[in-house]
Amino acid sequence: MAWDLKNDRPIYLQLIEEIQRRIAAGIYYPGEKLDSVRDMAQQASVNPNTMQKALSELERDGLVYSQRTNGRYITEETEIIEKLKSDLASKQTDEFFEKMYQLGFNASQIISFVKQKANTNE
Amino acid sequence: MTQPILQCKRLTKVFGAKTALAEVSLELPKGKIIGLLGPNGSGKTTLIKLAAGLLKPSEGEIRVDGNLPGIETKAVVSYLPERTYLSDWMRVCDVLDFFEDFYADFDRARAVDMLERLDITTSAKIKTMSKGTKEKVQLILVMSRKASLYLLDEPIGGVDPAARDYILNTIISNYDTNATVIISTHLIADIEQVLDEVVFISKGNVVLHSSVDEIREQNGKSVDDLFREVFKC
Repeated sequence: MAWDLKNDRPIYLQLIEEIQRRIAAGIYYPGEKLDSVRDMAQQASVNPNTMQKALSELERDGLVYSQRTNGRYITEETEIIEKLKSDLASKQTDEFFEKMYQLGFNASQIISFVKQKANTNE
Repeated sequence: MTQPILQCKRLTKVFGAKTALAEVSLELPKGKIIGLLGPNGSGKTTLIKLAAGLLKPSEGEIRVDGNLPGIETKAVVSYLPERTYLSDWMRVCDVLDFFEDFYADFDRARAVDMLERLDITTSAKIKTMSKGTKEKVQLILVMSRKASLYLLDEPIGGVDPAARDYILNTIISNYDTNATVIISTHLIADIEQVLDEVVFISKGNVVLHSSVDEIREQNGKSVDDLFREVFKC
């Protein structure tokens, strides 16, 4: 799994977003033990301190928890994961709407466009 | 507050008519990977050599973990010079003996393990190695010490991109969290992901000292882009 990091934004934010994405997508499943900070840093080719910072933030949000000496785990509380999923979905939708507005569509045009797409994709 | 690992107070170094460093005041914390960035001839190597105790300041002072450069600081500083100093007649095992004799904190097993992973045998002769392989051997030696301060002068200059990745990985995976690594380079794009902080140095002066994420947050651009802007010719 590649960690695709962009150049113009803080690295720890991008690490947070990537880990969130993996949790939401089920790549990291509830209760899964994460690799050590050092290993994760190496996989992402980033500084361990930066990875540490990202994981601390995720811990603060309750998405991961640590067991003192035993390492870090993905939360088992499904509500937190569901909340994350809906937050991410909402963000995606906002971005989509924003782009469609920029192209000159109004809300009802966008909705009928989406419906049409959904039908052809089924 | 914990003591900075490297502290410079109005540090000045003059070579004849040329001022290499001009009243540099700088404090670098423990446990960070720090990029020392600047164009050619900006004073990067001079600063590193002063920290390594190979040069004496003309004015001001430099302290490593609170001490002036000397026997105590050399025991805790692991220095990778920009040029290789391994003698041609040596085999890898001779160099390992050499480091074991010199440095109490040298971890031979770790060095051998890393060499093996690069398919470098201990019986290989330095003389027959390519420039890139020599650089890798030397970096492995330097990173196999359990030092408090690693000074790496242009560690990625002469190697191919794949080896560069390997070297950066070696640095990430081998430094312990209380140690500080200072990497001087002008190849910023390749290393900025692994840096905590950067120090921009220009014509003997420190012009910027900031964290990588701060730079990205405040400027919306990479350190590499900022560098190109600051040092535009």
